[in-house]
Amino acid sequence: MAEWINTIIQGVLLGGLYALFAAGLSLIFGIMRLVNLAHGDLIVLAAFVILALCAWLGFDPFLATLFAIPIMFAIGFGLQHVLLNRTLGRDLLPPLLVTFGLSIIIQNGLMEAFSADSQLLRSGEIGTASISLGGGVAFGVLPLITFLSAIVVIMALNLLFYRTELGRAFRATSDDLEIAQVMGIDHKRIFSMAMGIAMIVVTIAALYLGMRANFDPTIGPARLIYAFEAVIIGGLGSLWGTLIGGMIIGLAQTIGAAIDPEWQILSGHIAFLIVLVLKPRGLFPRAFD
Amino acid sequence: MDLFWQVASWQQNKDGASRPAPDAPQSDRRYESRIGGGYGRLLAVFAAAFVGFLIILPAIASRNAIQDMIFIFYMLALAQYWNLLAGYAGLVSVGQQAFVGLGAYLLFALTIFIDLDPILAIILAGAFAGLCAVPTAFVVFRLRGAYFAIGTWVVAEVYRLVLAQFKSLGGGTGTSLPPSVTNGVFGIDWVKSVFELRTPAARDIVTYWIALALVVGTVFAVYWILRSRRGLALAAIRDSETAAESVGIDNFRTKFWVYVFAAVGTGMVGALIYLQKARISPDAAFSVLDWTAYVIFIVVIGGIGTIEGPIIGVIIFYLMQTYLSSYGTWYLILLGALAIVIMLFAPKGIWGYVSDRWGLVLFPVRRTLKVTTPEYSHKPVQ
Repeated sequence: MAEWINTIIQGVLLGGLYALFAAGLSLIFGIMRLVNLAHGDLIVLAAFVILALCAWLGFDPFLATLFAIPIMFAIGFGLQHVLLNRTLGRDLLPPLLVTFGLSIIIQNGLMEAFSADSQLLRSGEIGTASISLGGGVAFGVLPLITFLSAIVVIMALNLLFYRTELGRAFRATSDDLEIAQVMGIDHKRIFSMAMGIAMIVVTIAALYLGMRANFDPTIGPARLIYAFEAVIIGGLGSLWGTLIGGMIIGLAQTIGAAIDPEWQILSGHIAFLIVLVLKPRGLFPRAFD
Repeated sequence: MDLFWQVASWQQNKDGASRPAPDAPQSDRRYESRIGGGYGRLLAVFAAAFVGFLIILPAIASRNAIQDMIFIFYMLALAQYWNLLAGYAGLVSVGQQAFVGLGAYLLFALTIFIDLDPILAIILAGAFAGLCAVPTAFVVFRLRGAYFAIGTWVVAEVYRLVLAQFKSLGGGTGTSLPPSVTNGVFGIDWVKSVFELRTPAARDIVTYWIALALVVGTVFAVYWILRSRRGLALAAIRDSETAAESVGIDNFRTKFWVYVFAAVGTGMVGALIYLQKARISPDAAFSVLDWTAYVIFIVVIGGIGTIEGPIIGVIIFYLMQTYLSSYGTWYLILLGALAIVIMLFAPKGIWGYVSDRWGLVLFPVRRTLKVTTPEYSHKPVQ
């Protein structure tokens, strides 16, 4: 019994990590209808940036993340400004293929710079600490911090969206690009800001990804797929829905793994397909697209 | 918009009556659509001669050249199917490796477990991939545009993970075809005696002919589809889904059949690829890089939405693969960067540039509209 409770707690907390993966993807899609196939690779890139800062400057991962955030913001802003803004339009192919090309470039660039070796962000005591609830039920401190971070990030994004001028501009361009332009919004700058902010979320996700388990340059696409599944399950445009979506994937994976370790990833995908068949618009749909 | 009037008049013609187009109910203007340029017959002769040359090529070519040709043929066939999906039906899939893997695994199962002739197994592999495509389509078609792309990828991952569970086919590490299967392909003995070759070389030649038959069949099937009514419907959907629906095209059905057709073809090619490789593993057979990313590169660089484009693309890809692939990661970075540059600055690819510049078309599938107004005297007297 205690084993199953542990499994469920782990699954829910793992969902926090997936929600962090997904929040950036959801943000970008919500504002500029761009599906970034390089999203997973950007998470891995951020993890390597944190790793490099830890190694060169001797920081601990949390401190390194504070320094990685502006770097990733600049990368995201620049990427959108120089490359991705050119691809936006009615045609579906350019953004898809450009981000797919980007994914291959990032993966192989990381391979060249850091080799294919597995890496880990050393988190010290926090990484192994756990809180016991008695009766054999316990959960790790790090997964709990991850989950709480996901909640804080989602709350912050919602505040940004509904309480700030920038958020108003985000919503305006999302609702109607032409009218927003007529009202004097520089949509390209708004898009670049959005990508920069998405990269901040990506960096936070990368911190927990790197502390939780080993990572290497090739694991990006799988993270993209988990993020995508969480977004679709939650329903496009709903950040809290994305958190629920992440939790469903996380739960399916840990329960699958508890039955047979080989079924871990497969059960997550199957949970996604079931939701897709039963509720194609997700559990909490908001955006219509 | 012209296209829609054509479709509209076509829909009317289905009923047997030939009525004037709806925008001109009072006049006798007739709309007629024509496909293609003026040198169709000449090109057909050239094409037939070229295919004939390719058939007898093994008599003069080295074994290395034959192996390279096999690679070119199967990549071209995969590219044509992906191009049909993305370039014509607007279905940008990054999950076509699903059907390569399914076809390949069925070939292994049929030849290892029930000793079926590999050529027969290739055909059945296509049917099996098509069968799997039906439920797949019902799931992934719920997603639109870019989300469809990632959805197909998820499904390919599901197939990969499921096949890794089949312990009799090697599970996660994979398995090999026994020599009795690879050497038992129909025709190998004949090639051995006619060309006086040893078994491995004869095997390559038989594989070469199967690959040639597949790729020629693929190009002609795609060409034929695009010139048919269904091709017209596809072009209409690509240009505007709403408008296509409004003139009576069933978007879902049209896309569904294209998707299943592409899966059948991709499955057969997948079976052939792994008959040649004779060794399979889930990671290799369902590789997104090998069977989708490279294929997308071929189509994009050659020119998406044309039959000629992938042919050019595959030649460029083959040359790059031959001379640059030893650079490993830098080669892949170059491929990615090149695809981005092409997409941004020449989205129609090399063939798009060539055909815009010189008006050259090898496989005419575009329709031109001709309006004819009969002589006044032909009008019935009222």
